[in-house]
Amino acid sequence: MYLIKKKRVLCPSIFLMDVEAPRVAQYCEPGQFIIVRIDENGERIPLTICDYDREAGTITIVVQTIGASTKRMMELEEGDSFRDFVGPLGCPSELVTDDLEEVKKKKILFVAGGLGTAPVYPQVKWLHEHGIDADVIVGAKTKDLVILEEEMKAVAGNLYITTDDGSYGRSGMVTKVIDDLVAEGKQYDLCVSIGPMIMMKFCVLTTKKYNIPTIVSMNPIMVDGTGMCGACRLTVGDEVKFACIDGPEFDGYKVNFDEAMERMKLYRTQEGEALLALQEGKTHHGGCGNCGGDK
Amino acid sequence: MAAPGFERVPIAEQEPAVRAKNFDEVCLGYTEEEAVVEAARCLNCKNPRCVQGCPVQINIPGFITALKEQKFQESYEILTQSSSLPAVCGRVCPQETQCEAQCIRGIKGDAVSIGKLERFIADKARVEGMKMQSAATKNGHKVAVIGSGPAGLTCAGDLAKLGYEVTIFEALHEAGGVLTYGIPEFRLPKDTVVKSEVENVKALGVKIETNVVIGKSITIDELMSEEGFEAVFIGSGAGLPMFMKIPGENAKGVFSANEYLTRNNLMKAFRDDSDTPIFKPAKVAVIGGGNVAMDAARTALRLGSEVTIIYRRSEAELPARVEEVHHAKEEGIKFELLTNPVEILTTEDNSVRAIKCIRMELGEPDASGRRRPVAIEGSEFEIPMDAVIMALGTSPNPLIASTTEGLETNKWKCIVADEANGKTTKEGVYAGGDAVTGAATVILAMGAGKAAAQGIDEYLKNK
Repeated sequence: MYLIKKKRVLCPSIFLMDVEAPRVAQYCEPGQFIIVRIDENGERIPLTICDYDREAGTITIVVQTIGASTKRMMELEEGDSFRDFVGPLGCPSELVTDDLEEVKKKKILFVAGGLGTAPVYPQVKWLHEHGIDADVIVGAKTKDLVILEEEMKAVAGNLYITTDDGSYGRSGMVTKVIDDLVAEGKQYDLCVSIGPMIMMKFCVLTTKKYNIPTIVSMNPIMVDGTGMCGACRLTVGDEVKFACIDGPEFDGYKVNFDEAMERMKLYRTQEGEALLALQEGKTHHGGCGNCGGDK
Repeated sequence: MAAPGFERVPIAEQEPAVRAKNFDEVCLGYTEEEAVVEAARCLNCKNPRCVQGCPVQINIPGFITALKEQKFQESYEILTQSSSLPAVCGRVCPQETQCEAQCIRGIKGDAVSIGKLERFIADKARVEGMKMQSAATKNGHKVAVIGSGPAGLTCAGDLAKLGYEVTIFEALHEAGGVLTYGIPEFRLPKDTVVKSEVENVKALGVKIETNVVIGKSITIDELMSEEGFEAVFIGSGAGLPMFMKIPGENAKGVFSANEYLTRNNLMKAFRDDSDTPIFKPAKVAVIGGGNVAMDAARTALRLGSEVTIIYRRSEAELPARVEEVHHAKEEGIKFELLTNPVEILTTEDNSVRAIKCIRMELGEPDASGRRRPVAIEGSEFEIPMDAVIMALGTSPNPLIASTTEGLETNKWKCIVADEANGKTTKEGVYAGGDAVTGAATVILAMGAGKAAAQGIDEYLKNK
């Protein structure tokens, strides 16, 4: 069992938890992820590591309630435990493993979208601790969904916040901010973009215009997270890669986002049914002829 | 009941039409009366060839004789001297090519049903709470075992019996390895059989730590230098799925058998109370002819799909156990033999629509000794499908080898280890099972775990 030592609600649909997992905290690095399971019947949910404390043996995760499982997770409180918590999985960010002197020479821009702010944070923090201040764009749909602003401000060089509806910070998508920054004369040697696949896709299209190499962090459907199932396979260049062991970070120029986004939709009907069942009890009996539930 | 003769006592099974709709075990096992009658068919040979056919050298005439005399506890003790997982082996070992293939009875009739008798004793022991031989006094030496599949459990059990303090590290959240994530419920029940065999190993004093991915959570070198393990056994299996590298393979609805079976077996997707979803297509093709292909096909059938197995050679070359092929056919699974997929055809939204195949014929024998399948030019055809499951085999996960200094692997990424004692190229590190051989059987992995336990014992005694 893995104790939830702290829980903080960041906005109505997003919460943060510090979970006691000493084995994960001992060797994890920015860029890696964990898999958590709520209880005996829970699915394996992959989540990127948002922060870690090696001394306290805790891992910070940030979760958005999007389906039945994440809603159930939000119901857990400090003092409750997860049945399973495994990691660190995947490869650390290249920024962490590359030669530090080389990294120091680069002007780096992070582009975080929504919940993607969580996995961006440990990378920016790590760079800050190693004397590198990176610029960070944080984009969210609306003011309420901007998370970790104070934390990010403390470790970022320049922090640019933008909301789609203009309710906070700049107005418009993250891609517009990239365009604006370049127009303002900013120059970047590397971009790291983490967020919804659609955002990463358009971010890459934008950075390509300016020849800024761009790393993205992929979050496809996964089961075991150790290379066993192949559910997370992606087309990267002309190769098939597994996000869990080859990634999660890849060269954004090479990722086939359209294929990856289609693959994400595979269980949409079943996920919707599960959420409905959680909210209203099991009312779905098929018979609509559309969902296949009556077959 | 007929007197012991040339034919084995038949065993009860669920009717095909009934079992095709549930996940309960297909084979119902012998009753006590049936088992005793079948046991009486054993000739108790002076030179028991069956024992030579067993990768863990179970004293087969010994346990069968005790069974025949209805000394069940004694029979169980004899059995468990050599095997920590008799209820598993009795179910999933290919006895027809091992012990039973050597049985003298088989020359003029049916071989003694050794596997089913083993299962009978193991099941009886579980139900009646019989205990295995207990562990020796602890000798204070710590050994780490990586992976809780058949190789790891066997190695850990044997070492514990010798007095070692053993900790198994398992990457998944449940112990059992392929017994838990791979082999389906209807061949190997999890809650009863697998869990209780794991509990038996724990009862010997073996600790099992789940959710630890060696190579990620901690490395082998760190286990040895920081956690005081004097030797390590790697039984991490062959976990990486292979794909065909044909167009359309990343379409929605194409799965590795590993994924499909893991969702259903480990994650229990077949149950209403499981949060894990599983795709339920109307028509599904399973590519491959091994036991895993049969398992995936029969699982899909039980989840309501119409299933076709596509295999590039002919029925004679199917690598699956005859019993599994027979069961699959009985349940209504279609076979497209001498057929090879060349492309997966998709709809606009990249979902599987059909599979394009080519007919094959058998040419000259290849390196495996089986006749090589050769494509018949111009014979391409399409079969409408909603999903495709690839059961083409697996290869070892490179994670451990790539994070362990001095551990040699071969060109198939298998760890190089001495067959006789599991010794690898790194001092104090032993390996066995699929991680060494590539995908093989449960019993061969157990044999390797056993040999490595002896190798480790000798190493630590002489250190």
